[in-house]
Amino acid sequence: MENLVQAALATVNYAAIMPSLILTGFGMLLLLIGVFSKPGRTSHIAWISIVGLIVAAVASAQAWSALGATGVEFGFTNHVAQDGFALFFNFIFLVSAALTILMSDDYLKREGYAVGEYYALILFTTAGAMWMASGTDMMTIFLGLEVLSISLYVLAGFFRRDARSNEAGLKYFLLGAFSTGFLLYGMALLYGVVGTTNIANLGMYLAAHKALVTSPMTIAGMLLLLTGFLFKIAIVPFHMWTPDVYEGAPTPITAFMSAGPKAAAIAALLRFLLLGFDSMQAEWTALFWVLAVLTMTVGNLLAISQTNIKRMLAYSSVSHAGYAMVGIVAANAIGMSGVLYYMLAYAFMNIGAFAVLALAGKQGEENLTLEGFAGFGYKRPFLGVAMCVFLFSLMGLPPTAGFAGKFYVFAGAVEAGYIWLAVIGVLNSALSLYYYLRVMVSMYFREPTEDFAWVSMPMGAMICIILAIAGVLYLGVLPQQVMEMAKTAMF
Amino acid sequence: MITVHHYLVLSAILFSLGTFGVLTRKNAIVIFMCIELMLNAVNLSFISLSHYLGNMDGQIFVLFIMAVAAAEAAVGLALMIAFFRNRESISVDDFNLLKW
Repeated sequence: MENLVQAALATVNYAAIMPSLILTGFGMLLLLIGVFSKPGRTSHIAWISIVGLIVAAVASAQAWSALGATGVEFGFTNHVAQDGFALFFNFIFLVSAALTILMSDDYLKREGYAVGEYYALILFTTAGAMWMASGTDMMTIFLGLEVLSISLYVLAGFFRRDARSNEAGLKYFLLGAFSTGFLLYGMALLYGVVGTTNIANLGMYLAAHKALVTSPMTIAGMLLLLTGFLFKIAIVPFHMWTPDVYEGAPTPITAFMSAGPKAAAIAALLRFLLLGFDSMQAEWTALFWVLAVLTMTVGNLLAISQTNIKRMLAYSSVSHAGYAMVGIVAANAIGMSGVLYYMLAYAFMNIGAFAVLALAGKQGEENLTLEGFAGFGYKRPFLGVAMCVFLFSLMGLPPTAGFAGKFYVFAGAVEAGYIWLAVIGVLNSALSLYYYLRVMVSMYFREPTEDFAWVSMPMGAMICIILAIAGVLYLGVLPQQVMEMAKTAMF
Repeated sequence: MITVHHYLVLSAILFSLGTFGVLTRKNAIVIFMCIELMLNAVNLSFISLSHYLGNMDGQIFVLFIMAVAAAEAAVGLALMIAFFRNRESISVDDFNLLKW
C-alpha cells in the first residue's frame, strides 16, 4: 500500500500545473476575504483577483522561457503536459479573465450584485480552462471542462433576482450538462476501442491499427466526443444556446464566455484532433470544412437581423468561431497557429466591445439596441472611438488584430489548397461589415435621443478598454512576434 | 452468459432513453433526471469496458463522473430554485424571455 502511495506521489509535479494552482489558491483566498468584507464593498476583491492573474501570468511566462531548456513539463503520470501550446492558451485565458474583471466591479455595483464570489468564480473558470488546455488525458480534459462549465453556469445566472439571467443560467446548465453526456459517451466508446484514456496513446493505437479507424465504435465515439466540444465552442448546428445565454448573462460574463472558455474548448479539441485522431485527418477535415462554412454563414446571416447589440455580438461570436474553424480545416503550421493567434486577437476585440456595452447600458440594460445607441459617438467621444476600433477589428479591417488573425487563418487555408473555403470566409467577412457598420451608423449618423448622462468612466473599465485597444492595435500592426510565439506553441 | 456486449447494449438503450427524455420532457427537473440517466449509462459503459479490458482507468473515470455529477446537481438545482422564485414555474415552456 505504501509503495502505491509512493508511486503515485513520485509523479506529482506541481510545476506542471503551477499557473492553475495559483489561480485556485487565489480563488479560495478571495472566498475567505469575501466573507470578512462588508457587504457591497468588493473593489479590493477585484484588485486582489487581478494580482492573482498577474502572478499566474508570471508563472506562465517563466515556464514559457524554460521551455527551450526542459521541453514539455509532464506531470501526474502524463495526465498533464505544460507545453508551449498550453502556455499560449494560458495567456489567452489570463487576458480574457483580467479584462473581464477590470470591467466588472462598477458594472456589478450598478446592477446591485456587488458580491465577492463573482471574482473567485472567474478565477476557478480560468483554472479549469487551463486544465483543459494542458490536459493530455480524457480525464483531465473532462475535469477541466466541468470546473469551467459549472463555474460558468453560476456566473451566467448570477443576477438571481433577474428573470432573464435565471433563464440564461438554467438554459446554459441544461444544455451544457446534456452536451457533457454526449462528450462522456464518446470518451467511453473510445476507451472501449483503445483501452486507454490517454490522448497520445489513443492516437498511436489508432495509427497502429488502421482497421479500427473505420469501425463503427470509433467513428461513433469520435462524433459524440466532437459533439460535446462543438457545443462548447458554439459551432452550427450546436449554437442554439449561444444567443439566449449571451443575451441573458451579465455583460462581462458574456464577454468572458465568448473569449476564454471558447478558446479552452478549442484547445482541447485541437489536442484531440492532432494527437488522438491524427490517423483520421481526412475524415475530420471534410467534416470541419462543412461545419466552418455553415458556422460562418449562419452566424452572420442571423446577426444581420438583430437589433439588440448584445445579441448581435453573440451571433457574431458564432461566426468568429467559424473563422477559427477554417484554420483547423487547413491543419498546417500557419493555419493552426493562426487559430491560436485568432483566439488571442478575438479576446482583445470582443471583450473590448462588450466593455463599451457594459458602460453604455442603463440599469437593466434595456437600452442596448441600435436605437438606444443613437448619437452615442458624439455624446461619449472616447467610448465611441473605442467601439469603432473594436468593431473595425471584428470586421477584420487592417491595421487591427482581427485583420491579422483572419489573414493567417485564411492564408493557411489557401496554402493547404482550400481556396474555396478561404473565398467563402472572405465573403462572410464582407457580409459581417453590414451589421457592424450599422452600429457605427447608429452611433454617428443619427440624432441623439438621449444624453447618456448615466455613463460613468470608472477606472477599472477605462484600464480594460485602453488595454484592449492597445492589444488590438499591437496584434494588428506588429503581428510577427506573437505569431512566432504561436508557431513555437504548436506541437 | 452475459458478456460485455450485453452491458454495452443496455448502456446504449439507457443513454437513448435519457436523450429522448431530455428532448421531449417539459419539466426542468425531469430533464435533469434524464441527463443523470445519460451520465449513468456512460458510467455503466465505462465499468463494463474497464472490467472487460482489465484496465482500471475506466473505473477511476467513473468516480470522477459521479463527483462531477454531484457538483453539477448542486448548481443546477440552485439555478432552478432561483428561476422558480422569479417565475413560479420550472417548465421549459416558460423559458421565453430570451428570443429573437
